[in-house]
Amino acid sequence: MTVPLSITELTHRLDYLLGPVLSSRRTAAPLAERLAALGREQQDFVLHWVEVIDRSNYEMAYQFAAAAPAALAKMDTAAAEAWILEALDTYDRDGLYHGSQVFKQIDLWLPSAADAHAAAFAQHAVVLELYACGLAGRRMKLDVAAEPYTDTETLFLPPRIAVFNDAAANFNLYKVLITLLWAQGRYGTFHTDVIAACAAYADQHRALSLLSHFETLRLESRIAAVLPGIGRDLARLRGHTSDPRCAVLQDPSATVQDSLRLLTGLYDQFEVPSLPHHTTLRAEASSTRAARLKRERSALAEALAQLLPEQATDKAPQATAGDRIEIQAKPAPGASGDFDVEIRIDGMPMAPPGHVAQLLDSILQDLGEIPDDYLHAAGSGNQAQATDNESADNGTAIANDETGTHLYNEWDHKRRHYRKDWCLLRELDVAPVDNGFVEDTLARYRPQVVQLKRSFEMLRDEDRLLKRQATGDDIDFDALVAGYADLKSGMELPDRLLTRRHKAERDLAALFMIDMSGSTKGWINDAERESLVMLCEALEVLGDRYAIYGFSGVTRKRCEIFRIKRFDEAYDDNVKQRIAGITPQDYTRMGVAIRHLTKLLNGVDARTRLLVTLSDGKPDDYSDHYRGEYGIEDTRQALIEAHHTGIKPFCITIDHEARDYLPHLYGPVNWTLVDHVERLPLKVADIYRRLTA
Amino acid sequence: MASRATPLNTRPAQGEARIIAAEPYYEPVGGEIALFEAAHASQLPVLLKGPTGCGKTRFIEHMAWRLKRPLITVSCHDDLTAADLVGRYLITSNETVWIDGPLARAVRSGAICYLDEVVEARRDTTVVIHPLADDRRMLPMEKRGELLQAPPEFLLAMSYNPGYQSVLKELKHSTRQRFVAIEFQYPNAVLEEKIIRTETGADAAIATALVRLAQMTRNLKGNGLDEGASTRLLVHAAKLIARGIPPAAACHGAIAEALSDDPEMLRAIDEFVSSVF
Repeated sequence: MTVPLSITELTHRLDYLLGPVLSSRRTAAPLAERLAALGREQQDFVLHWVEVIDRSNYEMAYQFAAAAPAALAKMDTAAAEAWILEALDTYDRDGLYHGSQVFKQIDLWLPSAADAHAAAFAQHAVVLELYACGLAGRRMKLDVAAEPYTDTETLFLPPRIAVFNDAAANFNLYKVLITLLWAQGRYGTFHTDVIAACAAYADQHRALSLLSHFETLRLESRIAAVLPGIGRDLARLRGHTSDPRCAVLQDPSATVQDSLRLLTGLYDQFEVPSLPHHTTLRAEASSTRAARLKRERSALAEALAQLLPEQATDKAPQATAGDRIEIQAKPAPGASGDFDVEIRIDGMPMAPPGHVAQLLDSILQDLGEIPDDYLHAAGSGNQAQATDNESADNGTAIANDETGTHLYNEWDHKRRHYRKDWCLLRELDVAPVDNGFVEDTLARYRPQVVQLKRSFEMLRDEDRLLKRQATGDDIDFDALVAGYADLKSGMELPDRLLTRRHKAERDLAALFMIDMSGSTKGWINDAERESLVMLCEALEVLGDRYAIYGFSGVTRKRCEIFRIKRFDEAYDDNVKQRIAGITPQDYTRMGVAIRHLTKLLNGVDARTRLLVTLSDGKPDDYSDHYRGEYGIEDTRQALIEAHHTGIKPFCITIDHEARDYLPHLYGPVNWTLVDHVERLPLKVADIYRRLTA
Repeated sequence: MASRATPLNTRPAQGEARIIAAEPYYEPVGGEIALFEAAHASQLPVLLKGPTGCGKTRFIEHMAWRLKRPLITVSCHDDLTAADLVGRYLITSNETVWIDGPLARAVRSGAICYLDEVVEARRDTTVVIHPLADDRRMLPMEKRGELLQAPPEFLLAMSYNPGYQSVLKELKHSTRQRFVAIEFQYPNAVLEEKIIRTETGADAAIATALVRLAQMTRNLKGNGLDEGASTRLLVHAAKLIARGIPPAAACHGAIAEALSDDPEMLRAIDEFVSSVF
């Protein structure tokens, strides 16, 4: 087992794996030669990953195979895995060129990758995002960049940190950087245009670098006051030494102006120390901040205008909003730098609604006050507001364009990672067809429909009076009379003497997910549609909340969900015509459909939430490897996610091979096979009945 | 004519009247005490709105003490019916006896009746709440054919957490518009620190750090957390710290685990803890 593979064996494997990107001039032989020098375990590792990367791109796989021997000489497999995932993520995000650069520029990666203690951003992204969100109280995005900086909305962090020989310390540096970048926005680094302020110096880069250092020192004392833990980390990173020339920055009232004054004084005499938590200051910050201020100003104007009419309608209409609203923001006691905000409308204090409070807080973070003209902007017919509203409208227009499209992650089982925002899904309506399909179906199955309705009626729970109860609201006189007779004849009085009202609470919502792939063309499609007709008839009797959606699509960029019946929609002619209008479409990318419908189903408040899939075969998609194990594993992952949120998935299939994969997806009992397609219409409602009885 | 006979069929009775002798510690946030007193004097019912653990129950205890009225608290649940509030007939070996429910007892004795989390109760409870909550101030006891008139000292109070996102757990307008509403929020930082210190004897640094931690978790509301850490949780953590548990462990147990089960969220909250301490 441990004998390494020979060059010939390796050439064969690589020829097979990399075939599409090999040619007479670019053969597998040189790769095989270098791989032959590795141990068997490492060879297996490389071949495994070549196979995995193949699924994304052959060229990427080739570049990996070329870079792997050198890489494995310098790092262990865990670090190499992180390196590969980084390359694949880059490829997913930025394309082949950038992806392959990660493989080619291994030397850039090595200093950190060689270190098993390195912390990778991708690995900790979720926790770091939560941390930033909790810290900031307004939306903060995190992203990677070569050097840490912020544009005041996104915090850019290095993809990996390997400064220390300790994974926890490296992770902690991420935390420190996030706090520092947040503090730049929070404590006023960008209250002045730092780029312009440094432009006058001979070496602007050096000036900015120095200013950033001074700001870090200034912010350190602000941070230490509110987050002592991070304060200690900062002091440790600084090396506990402090330059007496910078003492002024430790004053809690120091501002960016003090840093700028220090820069003027010390520009020629101060060497910027090389510290692990050094950040850069960039021009993006001022432009982003300006855009945000403008956006929030108009949003505030709108929000305040909405507050007004509710308050005092008897006020003279000529009173302008600025006269009626008064906002006082006082710095909160203590060193936190937070504000106590009080809104008075027509002299009456009021608690601002959540979104207004958030806006005010965000503006206060940027400006340190709410300028008076912010209030005047709320007046009707005000010029400033008109222009602001225009820009706000543009914003919503874009958002409107985007409604109906959703991005979802997809699980790559080989990488054991999600591909981020991998699938683009649109919600569409099925075009209604008025061809009497529903009526025909009902006519054809008339006896069965009657029977079906009857069986569902039996399931229907009704309010009823339960007799002979141990606890209850009222006396059960029949039981009492009998009991009294018992008592008189020397027996004990039974304890079940009360009646209790039983309330029907069939608290159930079901979402039916209908396979609309091309493979359902013909009689399967007919059977599906007939099933839906029967199902709707039965469910109307039962009164359960239900929705019906179809799914299909071609590739990850065009996943489609077809609305047939929403939860809040009645089973009316429109729905009937949409059922008639269900036509086979393209492929079955199931994972993304399950994720989307899970979201919809979770929006319904019900004790039991059922996701019932009607399917004719395995998950499948056009050309991009979804077919087979990848698709099955992604679907399984999506089902696990759904399960975690409390949804009960169930699958009804007509695929005779279903036994091979459905137990793996749904578990041993949560699926059923309907042998004969023609029986489907009669079976589906019946299965639902058994499922929910 | 509430009989004292021992009934055969009793549910575990909740809502015993309680006379509060010692002043329960309560830190006023705004004018809520004056408002409550005025409502009581005007014979108006009161609705306390606010997230969990922000001091609603403590407030009502404080007011019961202040107004020197007995307090009857009923924790509402989804099986709570009108009969549970008003009362029911029970059967002893030889007779049927009527047992007053907590609401009827409160009306008879001029107590404060506090229905905690009233949206959890069944809809039919509104039948008895409505006539009691408007100017009729009477409790119909249908089964006894009796109409209880509430004495002036009686006050009906309910609590309600508007943070639930479920449409089913919203209070109907016909109900809420009978009440004087007092909104509770988490107290501001200075006040919250004072509360923690008074409740637990924690020192200023611990209280400040805990409040800062709470703010960070409250920032995550809607971003992975349904609710941020309440004042109650901070008091729990401070109590553990006072007993010598290290802050990290105390906050993990009392706050992080109480807020979430998600491992990444737990890690993030632990990171908050290590930042603020």
